[in-house]
Amino acid sequence: MPVLASLLGVFDASLDKLSDGELWLAQFFRGLSDGATYASVALALVMIYKSTGFINFAQGSMALLGVYLAYVFSVEQGLPVAVAVVCAMVASSAVAMFVERVFIRPFPPDHVLPLVIVTLGLLLIIDSAAGIVWGFRTRNLPSMFPSGAPIEWGIAQLTWRTIGNLGTVFAVVGLLYLLLSRTKIGLAFRAVSSNLESARLVGIRVGPTLGFGWALAAAIGTLGGSLVVPDLLLEPSVMLRVLIFSLAAAALGGLDSMVGAVLGGLVVGLARNLLVTFLDLSELALATAVAVILVVLLVRPTGLLGSTRVERV
Amino acid sequence: MSAPYLEVQGLKAAYGDIQVLHGIDFTVAEGQIAVILGANGAGKTTTLRALCAMVSTEGSIKLGGEELAGRRTADIVRRGVAHVPQGRGTFPELSVEENLMAGAFVRSDADVRADVSRWYETFPVLGERRGQAAGSLSGGEQQMLAIARALMLRPSLLLLDEPSLGLAPMITRSLFEQLVAINADAGTTMLVVEQNASLALGVADVAYVLEAGEVALSGPADELAADDSVRRAYLGY
Repeated sequence: MPVLASLLGVFDASLDKLSDGELWLAQFFRGLSDGATYASVALALVMIYKSTGFINFAQGSMALLGVYLAYVFSVEQGLPVAVAVVCAMVASSAVAMFVERVFIRPFPPDHVLPLVIVTLGLLLIIDSAAGIVWGFRTRNLPSMFPSGAPIEWGIAQLTWRTIGNLGTVFAVVGLLYLLLSRTKIGLAFRAVSSNLESARLVGIRVGPTLGFGWALAAAIGTLGGSLVVPDLLLEPSVMLRVLIFSLAAAALGGLDSMVGAVLGGLVVGLARNLLVTFLDLSELALATAVAVILVVLLVRPTGLLGSTRVERV
Repeated sequence: MSAPYLEVQGLKAAYGDIQVLHGIDFTVAEGQIAVILGANGAGKTTTLRALCAMVSTEGSIKLGGEELAGRRTADIVRRGVAHVPQGRGTFPELSVEENLMAGAFVRSDADVRADVSRWYETFPVLGERRGQAAGSLSGGEQQMLAIARALMLRPSLLLLDEPSLGLAPMITRSLFEQLVAINADAGTTMLVVEQNASLALGVADVAYVLEAGEVALSGPADELAADDSVRRAYLGY
């Protein structure tokens, strides 16, 4: 019974691992680091979902484009990585505004299905275009953060990268909160998200406001991609995997909650690393994301922090 | 009788292939309250939406002598036209205060804060709930908020689509009293679509009766209130 024996072997190994405190901690840190990157892309998804009511499946592809630009600016042009990432965020915002203006705005905003199909088409087009421009061989984008770990317990390392990833995500959430709650364009964006017709009737120009949302989402997605890609190597399909984990994160957090997106990202990152390590499921890592989506949709369709829309009539 | 402030001529409006307004004419003088009566489907709501370019139109809409037809909603709002749409005129996820701030979106003067306080005084319940999400207010409170939100524009023309919809009669009456007071106080021209015809005719200066997308009757509100056909069709006695 070789199959049974190998299964038992896995089980034994899992038991050994389960009692290994350092391994737990190591995977916990890795999970937080991955989770922070999923959280960034999930935030971008949530921004578009809140304002338009659909999931922008091209969000990962916009981030892919941004990360390639960061690669060009840093590795090819020799800018410091952090500067290159900021430049790429600005450039991808401009691309996103263009995409929104040309491919999204011509469609009526209250019919979601055609728009979703447009974003799926954009995903395929952008990913293929990246392959044509930059080829399919993998490339290395260096991390913005120094290597090494200030805190270590045996194999468990709290690296600068983990700290940087987490810090970046919390800074993004903080800045986003200030931008949306304290500025006029933020108020306009939330008004459009809340009630399109009344937003028009108070004189908000809906198109440019949504374009602003797309630009902001692209910048955040690019930042998230620049955090995750140093772990994964850069190639044209790299963000597709990230997108699926981020979708799971957004679904778990509640599609219309920014705090939920961050929470969901961290939980998905942790779940993925712990499951993969302790159940030896590395081939099924992506399946954990799908499992999260399924469980959320079955048990709590609004996610952890999502709102149920209640309308008085 | 002063010169018409709002002058609508040959206004047609359609949703896709379905023509709803077949060329209507009406005027409202500055500072007046005008009411539009009519059965369901007569085109009352469409008339208001047409004035704000929320539906595709033909014909002429002059406000203070200036042509509005062909302009975008955002530009029309900047010319002082505030519209309280039927039922859902608020931003449910935003707080009461943010709703009012959104109402002043096109204003950049220094008096916005003072206006917020002013409407809190007029509608004290809004002041008590300023931090609460608009969606958590009762129907009547939401309607007050929608009206206050529209007044934050300091409109020269206020369009109200069925302000009494879903409200208890007592609340409706006090809401209309407040509208009359605002009209007297600020001289805001108002165009009201209303099912509660007796109440609306009681406060209005002029009235128009729409039937199947055309103006069937028009005149001073008190004359229409005394008209036999209006009485039977809309006042029910």
